[in-house]
Amino acid sequence: MLHHLLRQAALPVATDSTPTGVTGALRELAPSRRNFLKTAAATGALVVGARLPSPALAAGGAPAGIVGPADPRPHLFVIIAPDNTVTVLAKHLDKGQGIVTGLATIVAEELDADWAQMRGAFAPADSKLYGNHFFGIQGTGGSTAIANSWDELRMAGAAARAMLVATAAARWNVPVGEVTVAKGVVSHAASKRSVAFGELAQDAAKLPIPQNVALKAAKDYTLIGKPGLHRLDHISKTDGSAVFAMDIRRPGQVTAVLARSPRFGGTVKSVDDKAARAVSGVIDVLTLPVGVAVIAKNTWTAIKGREALKITWDDSKAETRGTDQMLADYRKLADQPGAVAANSGDVAKAFASAAKVVESEFVFPYLAHAPMEPLNATVALNADGGCTIWAGSQFQGVEQMVVAHVLGCKPEQVKIETQWAGGSFGRRATTNADYIAEAAIIAKAYGKAPVHLVWTREDDIQGGRYRPLFLHRIKAAVDANGAISAWQQRIVGQSFMAGTPFEKMMIKNGVDATSVEGASDMAYPVSNLAVDLHSPPSPVTTLWWRSVGHTHTAYAKEVMIDQLAKAAGKDPVAFRLALLKDHPRLANVLKLAADKAGWGQPLPKGKARGVAVHESFNTYVAHVAEVTVNDKGHVTVDRVVVAVDCGQVVNPDVVTAQMEGATGWGIGHALRGEITLTDGVVDQTNFDGFLPLRMSDMPKVEVHLVDSHERPTGAGEPGVPTSAPAVANAVFALTGKPVQTLPFSRGGMV
Amino acid sequence: MIRITVNGQERQVDVPEDMPLLWVLRDELNMTGTKFGCGIAQCGACTVHVDGAPTRACQTPVGSLAAGAKVTTIEGASGKVAEAVRAAWQKLDVVQCGYCQSGQIMSAIALVSSNTNPTDADIDAAMDGNVCRCATYVRIRAAIKDAAQSVRA
Ligand code: FES
Ligand code: FES
Repeated sequence: MLHHLLRQAALPVATDSTPTGVTGALRELAPSRRNFLKTAAATGALVVGARLPSPALAAGGAPAGIVGPADPRPHLFVIIAPDNTVTVLAKHLDKGQGIVTGLATIVAEELDADWAQMRGAFAPADSKLYGNHFFGIQGTGGSTAIANSWDELRMAGAAARAMLVATAAARWNVPVGEVTVAKGVVSHAASKRSVAFGELAQDAAKLPIPQNVALKAAKDYTLIGKPGLHRLDHISKTDGSAVFAMDIRRPGQVTAVLARSPRFGGTVKSVDDKAARAVSGVIDVLTLPVGVAVIAKNTWTAIKGREALKITWDDSKAETRGTDQMLADYRKLADQPGAVAANSGDVAKAFASAAKVVESEFVFPYLAHAPMEPLNATVALNADGGCTIWAGSQFQGVEQMVVAHVLGCKPEQVKIETQWAGGSFGRRATTNADYIAEAAIIAKAYGKAPVHLVWTREDDIQGGRYRPLFLHRIKAAVDANGAISAWQQRIVGQSFMAGTPFEKMMIKNGVDATSVEGASDMAYPVSNLAVDLHSPPSPVTTLWWRSVGHTHTAYAKEVMIDQLAKAAGKDPVAFRLALLKDHPRLANVLKLAADKAGWGQPLPKGKARGVAVHESFNTYVAHVAEVTVNDKGHVTVDRVVVAVDCGQVVNPDVVTAQMEGATGWGIGHALRGEITLTDGVVDQTNFDGFLPLRMSDMPKVEVHLVDSHERPTGAGEPGVPTSAPAVANAVFALTGKPVQTLPFSRGGMV
Repeated sequence: MIRITVNGQERQVDVPEDMPLLWVLRDELNMTGTKFGCGIAQCGACTVHVDGAPTRACQTPVGSLAAGAKVTTIEGASGKVAEAVRAAWQKLDVVQCGYCQSGQIMSAIALVSSNTNPTDADIDAAMDGNVCRCATYVRIRAAIKDAAQSVRA
């Protein structure tokens, strides 16, 4: 997600890997921008921040220099407290991907802290201080968080360490060079003295921030890339104490649920709220542009009140087609050329002389994100005309701007208290702050108390912002040597960037980059390539969904590749390896997964392996799936082997967990996931219709990480794209039939 | 007034009898460890124990609880099995977003309490009602086996 934005705002990269090169990384930064921030907070803590210059942020005038204790903004990354805890402020949302743990690991490494003393907390919303260098505003997404914070947090950790060392050296009256740090203890060996961080923090905070700090070489890491660090949330999420937005309880708060149009694009025509108001405990009913809000003293009552509403909807601008009709319309469109996303060579000529031609049509359904914690946010209006929001906030920068517009205040008057988020998969990051804007609109209209807006699961499943429905038509030619001489691909599906503030950046010449990523830029060499795109509009709202365009482009590509391998009479792994000669990192993960999975070794009857390999978000992943198809044609995924190269791994166990989860995510939706519409109304309402992956569906998963010291890239999304096509290719190996329509349940395979 | 016993404490709540136990816990008693995920007994996020039996609180009207019924939530789960399950969860870093995990742990405690040597099929049967959108199932399975082993030992 949004990694295209990354290319737009290229990060100034520190390319150090040796201690001497590190200061170089700092030297490259203009001194005025090297705004290490520091304050001796009231607690007497040492607080250090390090910021890299960002072209996107600089445009907005990022503050530079030292901000002293008189400035209460806690715009900092590291807080070392007298109680000897080290708290890392995370500017990124943790929605399960473990980023709080990852960011703390980076700081702890350079600080030489003891893992047991590390803590995590969410930074306040402030795009100037905590902006994502790739987006220009504060926000999490596109598997960017580690890559984004890698430099600034190493520098923050190293700067804090240097200040602790200087403080100890002065206290003991010994040379700085004789002072060492390990596991949270500062020592002087010759005099056998040592002191904990916490005892130095107060004095260290009085020192100037060092302008040049040495960063460690990868070979000296003791925490980064090492096993055995528990997640920082592993206890609070097992005893019920972790606080999610859903658990926020502000004094006097009321609960709101919102009745929205059952058809996308519908609006309220008339409301009879008499029965709703008569429900005991219902406080108010507000008819608003976003729907009809029922405000009650608790969630259950609000839901009961909403059930009692009688609303007539105006569907004149609504989507009234069903998905079958939409797909039929897409097929008609696919008969016509679309906006050109890639065009090289002469496809028509190549097909005319092709040895073997394969054609496929792929259909991908709408999919809901359905994060486990339904969307919700609490908004309290503040006396200054602004507000405070408690939410699993993922796009703080957007939310501040949108809510400021709603309330008529300045974005900085919109305070956000980011909470642990119960999943997102892209859903909590929207270009118009949808559910948070709703909460602000309701809070403003109600005006009397903090409002907690709760979406029910039905609201979520029927509430849109889906992975778009997509149709792909691919025709490709392969020669006897296994070379792909021509590839023509037509893609039809809604653009979720159109009409948003990101449109200008993301849509070029009618092509939404997120619709064609993974297809128009595929790694396999094709001498004659033509990819084009139709983006038919619909009032049905759509959004990025864990791994975005790659959710469909990688599937279509990898299932097509297996068909081409078969047409050329080649083994699927050997066929790919031959094509990936110029892509060593892809070839490497492919070989690794194939080796570990025992590719080529015999399996019992009814079982087969399938493979897929893909790059997304600058991370390279291969899956090999071992699958059974029984005599009824039902598919069981028995075992999955994943190989991943995401550069320098920060937390191996967290990356492994992301690969396990992404594998389940990809396979679960491929098996049964679909959102369909009849006459414009969503057919599924809850988990009894939008069927999630369950325990008995989950294969064994083995994850193999490539040992690398390349710059770290992302891990949250890249495990998704190859999981489903690996399964489909195993089914293809068994049945000879490529699975071209998702989900598998459509074909009676589960 | 309805009286219920939660984690060994008697509580009184002034709510309609048909209010689900889930909302009584979360909104009336401010015990937010028990989660709302679907409201229709399809996800297990709201799993609590009623007299030791795993129960979907979202589909349990508070008035339907038998007099003296003992409700146990994630906050109050204790004893040898509960400790073993929690320890296994922590040892294997099962959690991702964590939102489903109260329910997963309550279901797992109930399973291991009645079966200290669960097979994969036993685990599937006991845990299929607990959805994890982060798909932490591989580790949940491993943690249940780990906990069962330490209970056996
Ligand atoms: S909330 Fe009770 S089972 Fe989902
Ligand atoms: S850990 Fe996120 S839903 Fe289970």
